[in-house]
Amino acid sequence: MAKRLIVRRNRYFDSVFLMQVAHQLAGQPGIRDASAVMGTEANRKVLAELGYGAGALAAELSAAAPNDLVFALEGDEAAVQAVAADPDRWLSRSPQGAAPAGSAEEREPRSLEESLAMRPDATVAVISVPGQYAAREARAAITRGLSVFLFSSNVSVEDELALKRQAREKGLVVMGPDCGTAYLGGAGIGFANAVRRGPIGIVGSTGTGIQELASLVHQAGSGISHGIGTGSRDLSDAIGGISTMTAIDALDRDPGTKVVVLLSKPSGVETTERVMRRLAACGKPAVVCVLGARGAPAPAPGGRARYASTIDEAAVEALEAVGVKPPKSLLGNTVSMRAIAAAEVARMSPAQRYVRGVFAGGTFCYQTQAILSEAGLHLYSNSPLPGMRELDDPRVSHEHSMVDMGAEIFVEGRPHPMIDATLRKGRVAAEGRDPAVALLLLDFILGAISSSNPVGDLIDAISEAKAGAQARGGHLSVVASVCGTSDDAQGLEDQSRVLRDAGVLVFPSNAQAALFSREVALLLAGRKEKG
Amino acid sequence: MAMRFDELIGAKPVFVNLGVRGFAESLRSAGFEVVHVDWSPPAGGDLEMSAILDELM
Repeated sequence: MAKRLIVRRNRYFDSVFLMQVAHQLAGQPGIRDASAVMGTEANRKVLAELGYGAGALAAELSAAAPNDLVFALEGDEAAVQAVAADPDRWLSRSPQGAAPAGSAEEREPRSLEESLAMRPDATVAVISVPGQYAAREARAAITRGLSVFLFSSNVSVEDELALKRQAREKGLVVMGPDCGTAYLGGAGIGFANAVRRGPIGIVGSTGTGIQELASLVHQAGSGISHGIGTGSRDLSDAIGGISTMTAIDALDRDPGTKVVVLLSKPSGVETTERVMRRLAACGKPAVVCVLGARGAPAPAPGGRARYASTIDEAAVEALEAVGVKPPKSLLGNTVSMRAIAAAEVARMSPAQRYVRGVFAGGTFCYQTQAILSEAGLHLYSNSPLPGMRELDDPRVSHEHSMVDMGAEIFVEGRPHPMIDATLRKGRVAAEGRDPAVALLLLDFILGAISSSNPVGDLIDAISEAKAGAQARGGHLSVVASVCGTSDDAQGLEDQSRVLRDAGVLVFPSNAQAALFSREVALLLAGRKEKG
Repeated sequence: MAMRFDELIGAKPVFVNLGVRGFAESLRSAGFEVVHVDWSPPAGGDLEMSAILDELM
């Protein structure tokens, strides 16, 4: 078995592309493990942990710079040598093959300036370069009159404020930083689901929140006019809601938008007040959903604005505002939920006491905590809601735990769990081995850029976890929701069916899956008291 | 092209994409105009040098 590093100096590729390259390499006969990453400090650390930092490899690894591409290969000598002989073969534009000669891809511009010379009519810059370069590119785009979708994270508050002020002066918007999703004029940007256009406008500081709301609205037969992401810090008092205000103003004027939904987490007091006043003055009905807030924000939205505490409630309010009857699936059925929960708990062993959530979507982790804590349940999390407890080690669950697998510690040097399920799969397996686990709560997020088979990535781990609990004389309840639509490439129905066939309880939304998990947790607590 | 955001949402957006190539591909396959920039870190990844170059330009 040979281990080898190949360093290509000054070759930059994005992490999603490199993950595809690594998957291709790992699938080659004789290759046991393969990584393809940029030589950043975080990535070098990961490679060192994989054993590439020892012996003769140490010097090669430490010499790699952030702008260098690093292949790390483990396998048969001949197989590793075959890749090393022509590493660039794996870097063709598409992992399946080289870009055809003379294609448009060969004439790609190398900078924003060059691209604008080619398309002077461009109006939006989509920026997902590494965080330390992102503000620079965003500034250049705003200077040239473009609005910005800023997917990159690790942009400082100071840079964010400066960019947003600059954009506001020009009547532009900065969606981000750390903005996962937007819908503009029918275009889904970033992690976006295939949703119909319609009368519901969304302004949101949570990417997966926008995805869930847009998908639920689509499933109900309505659609989205625009979904404007603002970045998670926009409503903090440090930023002052600059992008949120620009977005509300635009939707208020947009003839295609009949209701404005604001989706956020609890944020700055002054900024919240200002945004509530703005929404109350909106010429259209408005819906405010602040996940994790205890009750409506103060001041409560006045005028024609309504308050919702979950994404589902926001969808119901928005649909009603545009005259669409919300489907029964969105309203939940507490009675049948309780009956199913009781049947599940009856099959569990006395050792099974806790519910564990392992999430790809940070917003789902957050909403689940809000729903469970409302019933007085105490939770641990690596991104705890105010008042909940933080896990000592995010890699190890404790009692009732809700884990956001998209948190910084899990994505350093690797793509988001919505794209690369490797770590989440390991976590599902670990929870499955824990005899104290009674219920496992999961989310699956479909759409552009997401894994081509999110359920398939985890289904073996789920089945093994269930089998393990059964072998211990108990029953592991696995509960899931699938965020997406039947028009997404992965297919909502197909993905849900695979889950159901494996004995997973599939709910129409994260909020309902969380409500069910809450019923189970309460029954488990009651059983403990009686016992 | 300088276009105010409130006008932009009434028009069909045209994109430039810097970073993850998949974002350009999904927009393109949905029927939108996108120019993908074959981006690499400025000044070979040297932030200080790129700040100096920015000043000069």
